[in-house]
Amino acid sequence: MTHTTLETIWFVLIGVLWTGYLVLEGFDFGVGALLRTVGRTKAERGMVLRSIGPLWDGNEVWLLVAGGATFAAFPGWYATLFSGAYLALFLVLLSLIVRNVAFEFWGKHDDPRWRAGWEWAAVIGSALPALLWGVAWANIVHGMPIDAQGEPTGELWDLLGPYALLGGVATLLLFLAHGATFLCLKTSGPVAERARAARRVLAPAAVVALGGWTAWTIADGCDAATAVLLVGAVVLLSAAWLARAAGWSFGATAGAIGLLVAAWFVQLFPHVLISSTDPAYSITLHAAASGDYTLKVMTGVAILLVPIVLLYQGWTYWVFRKRLTVDD
Amino acid sequence: MTTLDLARLQFSSTTLFHFLFVPVSIGLSLFLAILQTLAYRTGQPVYTRLLGLWSKIFLIVFAVGVVTGIVQEFQFGMNWSAYSRYVGDVFGAPLAIEGLAAFFVESTFLGLWMFGRDRLSPRVHTACIWMVALGTMASAYFILAANSWMQHPVGYEIDPVTGQARMNDVVAVLTQNTALFAFGHTILAAWVTAGMVVVGISAWYLRKGRETELAKRALKIALPVTCAAAIGTSLVGHFNGQLMTDQQPMKMAAAEALWETEQPAGLSVFATGDFTRNPGGTNHNITIPHLLSIIATNSWDGKVEGIDEIQARYEREYGEGDYVPIVGLTYWTFRAMIGLGIAMILLTAVGLWLARRGRLEISRRWQWLAIAGIALPFLANSAGWLFTEMGRQPWVVFGLLRTEDAISPNVSSAEVAITLIGFSAVYAVLAAIAVWLIRRAVHAGPPESPDDAQPTKTTDDIALAY
Repeated sequence: MTHTTLETIWFVLIGVLWTGYLVLEGFDFGVGALLRTVGRTKAERGMVLRSIGPLWDGNEVWLLVAGGATFAAFPGWYATLFSGAYLALFLVLLSLIVRNVAFEFWGKHDDPRWRAGWEWAAVIGSALPALLWGVAWANIVHGMPIDAQGEPTGELWDLLGPYALLGGVATLLLFLAHGATFLCLKTSGPVAERARAARRVLAPAAVVALGGWTAWTIADGCDAATAVLLVGAVVLLSAAWLARAAGWSFGATAGAIGLLVAAWFVQLFPHVLISSTDPAYSITLHAAASGDYTLKVMTGVAILLVPIVLLYQGWTYWVFRKRLTVDD
Repeated sequence: MTTLDLARLQFSSTTLFHFLFVPVSIGLSLFLAILQTLAYRTGQPVYTRLLGLWSKIFLIVFAVGVVTGIVQEFQFGMNWSAYSRYVGDVFGAPLAIEGLAAFFVESTFLGLWMFGRDRLSPRVHTACIWMVALGTMASAYFILAANSWMQHPVGYEIDPVTGQARMNDVVAVLTQNTALFAFGHTILAAWVTAGMVVVGISAWYLRKGRETELAKRALKIALPVTCAAAIGTSLVGHFNGQLMTDQQPMKMAAAEALWETEQPAGLSVFATGDFTRNPGGTNHNITIPHLLSIIATNSWDGKVEGIDEIQARYEREYGEGDYVPIVGLTYWTFRAMIGLGIAMILLTAVGLWLARRGRLEISRRWQWLAIAGIALPFLANSAGWLFTEMGRQPWVVFGLLRTEDAISPNVSSAEVAITLIGFSAVYAVLAAIAVWLIRRAVHAGPPESPDDAQPTKTTDDIALAY
């Protein structure tokens, strides 16, 4: 049986949640990973952390909601993906734990070694998931070993092929460039200058990596729509690199992330997971989905709550819109 | 150990660890909201200083609660993929609603509250901490509705094609008695937990003769609330127990180590001996006649079914199998939960009596007990969850799915062992750091400036990012 309209709506909605997650957490991954590079003194690093302080937790909730929505709308997807990418997901979760407490605990004790420890936790805990999300999605799009029962059969090493790793490098550089641009907007003084310098290196590097991954994906024979979206992402990223105003540049990196996520979801459709063992074992939207009743209820909940969430999260960004300075 | 054992150990340890922090966050966010409202309304510095002290402690606790919550969202899919496939249609809904309705509220308004002091009017800033408090409670409600469905599945049908549960009545799932009473019991217990922490730490200040005015003011709020919430927890727990007798009679029978049906049934206070199947019964040495009948059925001579009779009935209903949970564990966790609850009622009641007579400051014995009493709610909460979850075994969803059939078929025991060790190691370090930071915050006392987050300076030019 083919997919229903409701199932398609939920597939799109989960794509929207991933877009929200990676556009938002993408910049705080970048800021976290660049913490020790753009900030040199305690005051500078404090400013870097303050730039995302009120925002990162709300950004991360997009991931939790994407996870919860996948569980509710596509239990088959949730079950196969998370048990299949078991150790990779474990590394992501550990990284997120470590970086989040790093943000919270960094300023709680005035000692250089304490701070340095948490700074490294923030750097590694931000860079590793930025890489691993790209690896994970490259695998999802490309196909994972899945048997006839819809159970994953792969090992961690199966997820680390060259195509997937290139996808990971692309997201890592993309988020770094996105974060550096965010810092150009939100900070001032030497930190902003170093962020601008970092952006001048990171943006072209991200263009190369994403361009390479795009070429590989197209050479593998992806859908035409996927190719268009991926090329669009590369073009936007190039525009972000060349744009003079940081505001436009940030909009362009955000747009590039959005197009990349859209490309993943378009390529997957009408499947939620591709089996590399045998294309016939790929899991369709319909096979993974919950029943009509649940999807209807959840659609009602989403229509009611998502606009409210967007409203108050948008308000937070407005409240904290001002540029930060180092506390002299 | 088998993969099943490891996966269960992982779920229980990550969940119990998470739940050390959650009730404190729920209770303290409400305490802070009350303090900030009082500070705003009265302008008394004592409230501002209390707010400074307790927001430092709250932020440490909340951070650990949030990061350990991330694992909760994903481990169903990682270790329990068969469970996820089977129940996702029903169980996933409250989880997703929790994210949309509660996690976004908590995290966004917490960020606003932490960093927004100089950007928001005092009224709006105070409203932010109230939103955090409401968010934590909403979160508790949805997750308890999901858990209650595992205890007592309602509002579903079994899909004839896939054999999986399909939701057909979301109102039933969200508003069944089991969920409402579980929510009442757990929220009250969360207030008790945070309250005991406030009482214990305030008692520490009294004992040290430091910040006595501050400590007395905190106790004035915390003692009556904690005492009342502890009494409320037991009262709601009584209704929980009656629902359980009705919905999961095996859990109630195991809680009492009642092997044979009794009418009227006495309540076992303390039993020794072997809890394995021995039709002669365990060596109950202290029972209170009729009390179990009253508790379980609200009548003097009510019949309470014994384990053997329920086992025979379940074999007829569900087929061959062992439907008896670990009786010794069920029996003692049930008693630990109730006993610790009574101890907390007594401790806070004595505190109230001493406070009335103006003797809190001089009663060093009570101060010592209150400090040691900080451990009690955590032990009671853990015992309560172990009882609730272990007493349901062998079922993961009562009557529908067995725990042994719920694990991920493709995940090896080595993989589960790696993640178990990894999470445990990180959690142990987190716990040590959190306790150390809280101790330091308590020793340092209330900050002179009320600013709990780092001071934030801004220039006037507006970044055109959004």
